[in-house]
Amino acid sequence: MLEFFKRIFNPQPSSVTARERLRLVLLSDHLALAPDVVESLKADLIAVISKYVDVDADHCDVTFEQQESVVAMLANIPILGMKPVAKAPRPAPPPALRQAQDDMPPPITDPSPVSASTAKPRRRRRRRSNANAAPAHG
Amino acid sequence: MSARRIVVTSGKGGVGKTTTTANLGAALALRGKRVVLVDADIGLRNLDLVLGLEKRIVFDLVEVVEGRCQLRQALIKDKRFGELLSILPAAQTRDKTAVTENQFATVIDELAELCDYVIIDCPAGIEHGFRNAVAGAREAIVVTTPEVSAIRDADRVIGKLNERGLPIRLIVNRIRPDMVRSGDMLSVEDVCEILSAELLGIVPDDEDVIDTTNRGEPIALKADSRLAAIYEKIARRLEGEIVPFTVLGAPTFLSRLLGRKAG
Amino acid sequence: MHPSTELRAGYLEEDPLPAAPPAPQRRGRCIVVTSGKGGVGKTTTTANVGVALAAGGARVVLVDADVGLRNLDIVLGLEARVRHHVLDVLEGQAELDDALVSDKRVSGLKLLAASQTREKDDVDTPAFRGLIDQLRERFDYVLIDCPAGIEKGFQNAIAGADEAIIVCTPEVSAVRDADRVVGLLGERVKVTLIVNRLRPALVRRGKMLSVEDVNAILRLPLLGVIADEPGVIVSTNKGEPIALDVASPTGQAYRKIAGRIVGTETSAPEIPREATFFGKLFGGQR
Repeated sequence: MLEFFKRIFNPQPSSVTARERLRLVLLSDHLALAPDVVESLKADLIAVISKYVDVDADHCDVTFEQQESVVAMLANIPILGMKPVAKAPRPAPPPALRQAQDDMPPPITDPSPVSASTAKPRRRRRRRSNANAAPAHG
Repeated sequence: MSARRIVVTSGKGGVGKTTTTANLGAALALRGKRVVLVDADIGLRNLDLVLGLEKRIVFDLVEVVEGRCQLRQALIKDKRFGELLSILPAAQTRDKTAVTENQFATVIDELAELCDYVIIDCPAGIEHGFRNAVAGAREAIVVTTPEVSAIRDADRVIGKLNERGLPIRLIVNRIRPDMVRSGDMLSVEDVCEILSAELLGIVPDDEDVIDTTNRGEPIALKADSRLAAIYEKIARRLEGEIVPFTVLGAPTFLSRLLGRKAG
Repeated sequence: MHPSTELRAGYLEEDPLPAAPPAPQRRGRCIVVTSGKGGVGKTTTTANVGVALAAGGARVVLVDADVGLRNLDIVLGLEARVRHHVLDVLEGQAELDDALVSDKRVSGLKLLAASQTREKDDVDTPAFRGLIDQLRERFDYVLIDCPAGIEKGFQNAIAGADEAIIVCTPEVSAVRDADRVVGLLGERVKVTLIVNRLRPALVRRGKMLSVEDVNAILRLPLLGVIADEPGVIVSTNKGEPIALDVASPTGQAYRKIAGRIVGTETSAPEIPREATFFGKLFGGQR
């Protein structure tokens, strides 16, 4: 009797639930079992992000976590600073002005703009005895 | 010509490896093939029991490896199949670390000269016993039931077999079509999709298996059993024949529509 | 703040369970669930007995010793919440508290999962035993889910235990393997038996061993008998331990088993009978 009411109020068949759970858990297992794939993914990720910001490559970490209905990738990538923005070349000044400029002392320029993200690099002290160890959830 | 060497494995225990090994061996022998079944489950042997040959064991695999007997002395012929089916039993008083992979592979090589099929009954797990059993094999049959833990373990084992480059075929064991229809059990299609393996056979749950195992009679010998017919089909597929999977029970309109299969 | 209030507040923060302050020498019981043969229901039993014990108010930790082929997490429906495992703790990669997964349905129940990628040989037995001892200081019951076989995995699992539950189905290979394990356990642990997946109709027709047949060979105190029930497959599909299902005969059987372990259930285990027509109609297969 109880089974009957359960079916009415909880209509998803358990085989459907089983399929979804298996899909996620196997994905999780496969990722855990392919540390070389994870390393390549991490390297590619760092390369892409490094096009826009400077990162602390030695302290980057990528893990996979099974959440309720997805497997999520968690990347911890310490950012050290913005990449210098490439400036358009200045047009050459007229000759008279150029001579006056040559006599002046060189301007002081700050090569890397100060921003909150460079205040202190975030360092995660995570001791990993084995660089190829499986991600945290094993 | 050297025999085909097939390991029957699963990862998960209790899904039907030994029953499959025994019955597949029987079905092949009934088709005239010379078959040797090897029990790789040292310490927890059961292939002898399932075939009712437990009283005839004199020597075992470990004694062969340790040189205390000849290989032929350890082989037990199952008289129900004439000269066609023999088993090499495991030791019961040792454990799986008693034999190395190389030693096991050597025994399989020797056996392969004596028959058409060497079928290795792999123990549960993926450690030493598994590695030994796989060491001698060139092909694998993975047995699973349509249950979450079995499928997860089968997936792991398939990964290990892929690393070794062994071709794999899948048997889905103990399917209950009524539970599949009511949505309470994963279907064969679900299992094959999740594991991405080529299907070799679908074996329904059948209470006769318990009864025949009690008596030490492989169900493949029970002429009126639908399971005997199914193991015969599996043997034919193994031999390379294209055998369609048949519909279980009286096909209803719905089951035809949904393609419920077995066989 | 009054000194006793201060003390009580601090205690509550640390340990929110409404228990009496722990006696300094109290140690939890460590029970290994084993069988020899695979697939007879060790993991299902560990999960459900654990749930039933915790539902009765005990603090319980379930430890998965099946390194490489873990399933306790998935049977409990906790697979998405495992972040660390036993080897992480033993190797100092994680703290024990980070590895313990709480079960939201049953307070007092925690899971310590196995690694899915490592091997049983990677576990150092004395270290594992030390971890079990540590767990015994914190929990009333430590249940260890033993892998199939009798090699390193089995040896690790039994290392810290002083009690064992043997799970056996009424089939010749299972009985044979259980017998081997009883021999290996010897006198060092107190051993009891659960007969699982009994099919009363087959027993009546002489096609399956009876509980008496099984125990004539194993000769162990009987902790419980569980009939084969399709509901168990459904519960594993969903990750909802059947001990939480009040209507299920299997759930009831597990709850009684927990009662016998604790000592509150004094009845002897019932042998399930064949289902009658009315029994089947009202959803019971006893």
